[in-house]
Amino acid sequence: MQITCRINKREFIRDIEPDLLLIDFVRSLGFKSVKRGCDTSNCGLCTVWVDEKPVLSCSVLAARVNHKAVTTLEGLEEEAKEVGWFLATQGAEQCGFCSPGLIMNILAMKAEFKNPTTEDIKQYLAGNLCRCSGYESQLRAIKNYFDLQGVAHENC
Amino acid sequence: MFGLKEYRAVQSLDEAHELLMQSRDNVILGGLLWMKMGRKQYHTGIDLSGLGLNMISETEDSIDIGCMTPLRQMETSPLLHQWFGPLFSDAFKGIVGVQFRNLATLGGSVYSRFGFSDVITALTALDTQIHLYQAGTVSLSEFLNMDQKRDILIKAVIRKQAVKTNFQTRRKSATDFPVLSVAVSLCNGQWKIAVGARPSRAALAKKAADLLSSEPDEEKITATLDSVVNELSFGTDQRAGSDYRKVLAKVLVKRGINAICR
Ligand SMILES: Cc1cc2nc3c(=O)[nH]c(=O)nc-3n(C[C@H](O)[C@H](O)[C@H](O)COP(=O)(O)OP(=O)(O)OC[C@H]3O[C@@H](n4cnc5c(N)ncnc54)[C@H](O)[C@@H]3O)c2cc1C
Ligand code: FES
Ligand code: FES
Repeated sequence: MQITCRINKREFIRDIEPDLLLIDFVRSLGFKSVKRGCDTSNCGLCTVWVDEKPVLSCSVLAARVNHKAVTTLEGLEEEAKEVGWFLATQGAEQCGFCSPGLIMNILAMKAEFKNPTTEDIKQYLAGNLCRCSGYESQLRAIKNYFDLQGVAHENC
Repeated sequence: MFGLKEYRAVQSLDEAHELLMQSRDNVILGGLLWMKMGRKQYHTGIDLSGLGLNMISETEDSIDIGCMTPLRQMETSPLLHQWFGPLFSDAFKGIVGVQFRNLATLGGSVYSRFGFSDVITALTALDTQIHLYQAGTVSLSEFLNMDQKRDILIKAVIRKQAVKTNFQTRRKSATDFPVLSVAVSLCNGQWKIAVGARPSRAALAKKAADLLSSEPDEEKITATLDSVVNELSFGTDQRAGSDYRKVLAKVLVKRGINAICR
């Protein structure tokens, strides 16, 4: 079957298998920031946006993004660099494997929340697993990042 | 991994039903999260995405939730919040993560009739009906107990009522499956106590709820808690034993009642 979609503002028209998953589709087009970290829709590493909403690309049929807009980390280079800097400064990037999915979801949270509380942050990012950091350094980095945006958050 | 030979974005429910009945290898696609983990090789995947069933709407006496509505849309819906308080946001926040809940659908969640379902537990504490293509309109509890024939779940319809609600759950980690979940509601002096993940699916403790008045005292609450664990069955699985679940049920139901009375 044929689909037409925009990935990072570029149009793609491709013939695909009906059961091709979005993660494999975007990777086949060179968007290799999108990775698979589990088989159970649990780790969040494969996060991309479909029409601005964060979703697990390992669990979406590529057929379903026909006529939709997909965004991967490659399409958000500047913003991703900025978040990445905050994560690195707090020592939150250790092996770094979880970062692409985490950064995609932090940026999605920024679009949804004006001033996320600590609880908001924890809940929004609960589906982004990290094997290394213990999450404390990530939390510090995210709070610092939101501070810089001029956005207030609860300091707990 | 699961497989699909064909994908069809249908134009009508009639078309979807005809395709579904054509072969046992044809299947309705919900959010795909559960289905994807199986190994079954399907023939045609039937996509209802184009039928406008991903919406929450209001009629004079009900709130209607289309089967393709993602769980995240329910938990952030001002309309659902206005009528049922934070019931759905509290119930859904432990289901994996935001990206997951942007995909998982109401239809897939109810149709699967999972024992662990927080979605079914929350809906059980409200006056909920299920609209099916073939079987018509049935109450949620009828749906959960009827023979599982192949059908299409079109929408859930919740009666608008001045209702107070509370959701309680116990999980081993924040986003694991629930060890137990409880939804309590109070509407016109009538309580509903739904207990799910026992580990069997949610059911109402009706006798227990009837023991409660609008402002129950300690004694009535204690009698109610005893009745909950006598009335409903509690089992053992890899997450917990039946005795632990009974203790937990008393604690969570009590918290739910107290939160509503406060
Ligand atoms: C890792 C993981 C953890 C989870 N944790 C929890 C949890 O903690 N709490 C909780 O409540 N739930 C949990 N769930 C369940 C999840 O929330 C969804 O209920 C589940 O994924 C099914 O929804 P879906 O939209 O993905 O349906 P799918 O996987 O697409 O479909 C499931 C079944 O329903 C059928 N179906 C879908 N829509 C319809 C329809 N409209 N009419 C008829 N049949 C239909 C499909 O054909 C299929 O047989 C979890 C699931 C996973 C994979
Ligand atoms: S690869 Fe783990 S959630 Fe998608
Ligand atoms: S830094 Fe290693 S998984 Fe997160």
